Amino acid sequence: MAKLESKIPNGPVAEKWTKHKGKINLVSPANKRLIDVIVVGTGLAGASASATLAELGYNVKTFCFQDSPRRAHSIAAQGGINAAKNYQGDGDSTYRLFYDTIKGGDYRSREANVHRLAEVSTNIIDQCVAQGVPFARDYGGLLDNRSFGGVLVSRTFYAKGQTGQQLLLGAYSAMNRQIGRGKIQMFNRHEMMDIVVIDGKARGIITRNLVNGNIERHGAHAVVIASGGYGNVFFLSTNAMGSNVSATWKIHKKGAYFANPCFTQIHPTCIPVSGDHQSKLTLMSESLRNDGRIWVPKKLEDVKAIREGSLKPTEIKEEDRDYYLERRYPAFGNLVPRDVASRAAKERCDAGFGVNKTGEAVYLDFASAITRYGKEQAHVKGLNEDDPILVKKLGQQVVRAKYGNLFQMYEKIVDQNPYETPMMIYPAVHYTMGGVWVDYNLMTTIPGCYAIGEANFSDHGANRLGASALMQGLADGYFVLPYTIGDYLADDIRTGPIDTNHPEFEKAEAAVNAQIEGFLSNHGKNSVDFYHRKLGKIMWDKCGMSRNEKGLRQAIKEINELREDFYKNVNVPGKSNEFNEQLAKAGRVADFLELGELFARDALERTESCGGHFREESQTPEGEALRDDKNFTFVSAWESKGNPSKAKLHKEDLKYEEIEVRTRSYK
Amino acid sequence: MNLTLKVWRQPNSETKGKIETYKIKDVSPDMSFLEMMDVLNEQLMSEKIDPIAFDHDCREGICGMCSMFINGEAHGPDRLVTTCQLHMRKFKDGDTITIEPFRAKAFPVIKDLAVDRSAFDRIQQAGGFVSINTSGNTQDANAIPIDKHDADKAFDSATCIGCGACVATCKNASAMLFVSAKVSQYALLPQGKVEATDRVLNMVNQMDEEGFGNCTNTGACEVECPKGISLENIARMNREYLYASLKG
Repeated sequence: MAKLESKIPNGPVAEKWTKHKGKINLVSPANKRLIDVIVVGTGLAGASASATLAELGYNVKTFCFQDSPRRAHSIAAQGGINAAKNYQGDGDSTYRLFYDTIKGGDYRSREANVHRLAEVSTNIIDQCVAQGVPFARDYGGLLDNRSFGGVLVSRTFYAKGQTGQQLLLGAYSAMNRQIGRGKIQMFNRHEMMDIVVIDGKARGIITRNLVNGNIERHGAHAVVIASGGYGNVFFLSTNAMGSNVSATWKIHKKGAYFANPCFTQIHPTCIPVSGDHQSKLTLMSESLRNDGRIWVPKKLEDVKAIREGSLKPTEIKEEDRDYYLERRYPAFGNLVPRDVASRAAKERCDAGFGVNKTGEAVYLDFASAITRYGKEQAHVKGLNEDDPILVKKLGQQVVRAKYGNLFQMYEKIVDQNPYETPMMIYPAVHYTMGGVWVDYNLMTTIPGCYAIGEANFSDHGANRLGASALMQGLADGYFVLPYTIGDYLADDIRTGPIDTNHPEFEKAEAAVNAQIEGFLSNHGKNSVDFYHRKLGKIMWDKCGMSRNEKGLRQAIKEINELREDFYKNVNVPGKSNEFNEQLAKAGRVADFLELGELFARDALERTESCGGHFREESQTPEGEALRDDKNFTFVSAWESKGNPSKAKLHKEDLKYEEIEVRTRSYK
Repeated sequence: MNLTLKVWRQPNSETKGKIETYKIKDVSPDMSFLEMMDVLNEQLMSEKIDPIAFDHDCREGICGMCSMFINGEAHGPDRLVTTCQLHMRKFKDGDTITIEPFRAKAFPVIKDLAVDRSAFDRIQQAGGFVSINTSGNTQDANAIPIDKHDADKAFDSATCIGCGACVATCKNASAMLFVSAKVSQYALLPQGKVEATDRVLNMVNQMDEEGFGNCTNTGACEVECPKGISLENIARMNREYLYASLKG
């Protein structure tokens, strides 16, 4: 059994990272040339880590399942990236970013890691600007900022609604430079099928070439998993279609503990489900809550009329609208954290106030922002501020400049013009705070195997604040892992190339082949998606925005039955030696069917409510989440024992030295 | 609505392909085009026919992975969207829809509608970057003020998603719009100016090596680009290239 040692350095929290960097082992430039590192995934974390490791001199092999590293799903992040630059002079600081992140995470993240994240946040912005990332600027030529949920300062840097795209293309360009130099070997359309552990150390991976089906062995002195989160266990989520848990699940099964699997982020502002054919959900950036006001009608008869199509939302009078976030949380209003906003939307819809056919939608309204901006522009231009048509036109121009691509996306999907009528939104699964357990060096419980970015668990506790995922991905990849990995690799300078003929490679490859053969010879009656959709429904109904003991127990039972049925009755057409998307999907869904059970077990175990994890049994009289710090101030880290029902729970106690643990309030 | 689909089927790059016809019923106008393809694939599998391979990932119009040439247009009849954001409400009951892969010598077919666009990656590897290390030890971000108009223009160029619609649309299968978008982004920013000469020469050189055709200024690429990348970029790249060639 691996030991759960967080390896947090001693000393005051603000000095830990600097001191740690000064003390850890380094690998000399000459020796780095003798060391191979595998990186799985090319999102912000994987691409930035690959680039930096290659610049340092390591031989890097990078893998992605997409046709190009630029397609990784970080590309879809919209709103922005946080950094404690305090360019706005509004009282921001490293400490405040650290504090906001801990509080936002509902006191379930590791203090030392979060402080380090806040420390390096400013470097990220400097780095990205130097790389030519075109962030938004104001007319003086300096960088612009906006606000995100759960904070009272403007620290979010952005590039319209395509911040993730611009940051990822920046990291991709840094990677390309190293691919051109031959320091990174890039494997597109390759899926990691398993990790190879030799004498207790990660020594390589088995991959499948998705074009021709070849099973390949790749050896390395360390393996870095940067494969993102597992939101697709819900089938419908804002993740890309290919996003999967398989890389992290495979290492879990080979000895890496899986932490806090039940901590999932349900994002409040997504486009509602339109029908049974739905294959995925689309996010509308949190940045929209800077200017959009969320409401539902106050009267049920208005709701009915809207659903019947006899009343338009714009016809409802101001006094008949319930701006429920502003009502319940006056201090933060529409910018409360995501978990709070999502639950509040669910509460209103459950009470019958949902505004679309399915009753699962609320309004996000830009009318007052359009008027406010329009008046401001009219004033600046010396035009008539009382001309409503002019004000609307000018206001729409400002809103278009800020959120143009998001409004266009909404219009294409829903076929309504959000400049004229409020958007309809509903919460959807978006991000997973849980992930592979890592120590302060980002190493998993398998020596030599690291997990970075969304794939690990460490920085966001039970709820992630907006614009912090991009920050963590790049922090881990550019500035943390490349240092900490040297501490481990310093012992490997004499190892020499890893022999891929070792029996452990053979064993792993044989197991991969056996699974593929099993799927192809099954000839069942149901498609892979049939099972994925069913699993998603169990997860959403019983492990979604609110959870209770009865539902979770039932979920565990149903997932077990579904998994059994999957192996009996799944149909995977085609052959193994060809481009076969169904086969790739079958492997991914098989892993989701195991993760789903562990997820439910973790949620069952944690009888408190915290962040995105809401247990109905644990709430205040006003319906707010009620934490149980006495019994649950820990990270749950699950050790695999084969079947997820046998997984063993370990606990890492969280100690707060710097921040006083308090009830989170956004009132 | 009920539709007839004529779809390009090709088992792999070595085998010749052909058009197959399929019928699909009860398509909802709210479905995206790819969701319609999902439904079709479920139907094909239940009839023991190999499902149609096509590339897709984010399904929100930003990753650039989906392609498809629909009724003779890259990403179909709608403007400023990728195939994944194209909705069935753009079609009528009884329509026949022809679906082909993006065709170009530099984009060989992998299977059915999926093509190999790795030539794009190799062009980026030839020069689509600023040569600074990622140590974070650069100057403060606000030490480089950039004219907002230039920054906004650079951003517009940088929004290219690398889908290849421009190549598929161009009668010469030229990649000029794609390459010029990256060249422009950096040419407009002070950070990119330092190595502007090498960049444009190397990227254009790689583009030619990959077998993309030349630009004859018909502007079709701009019309079909899902991100509205403008022809101005090509003009800027030509200027940069001319300047770089003279400078040597």
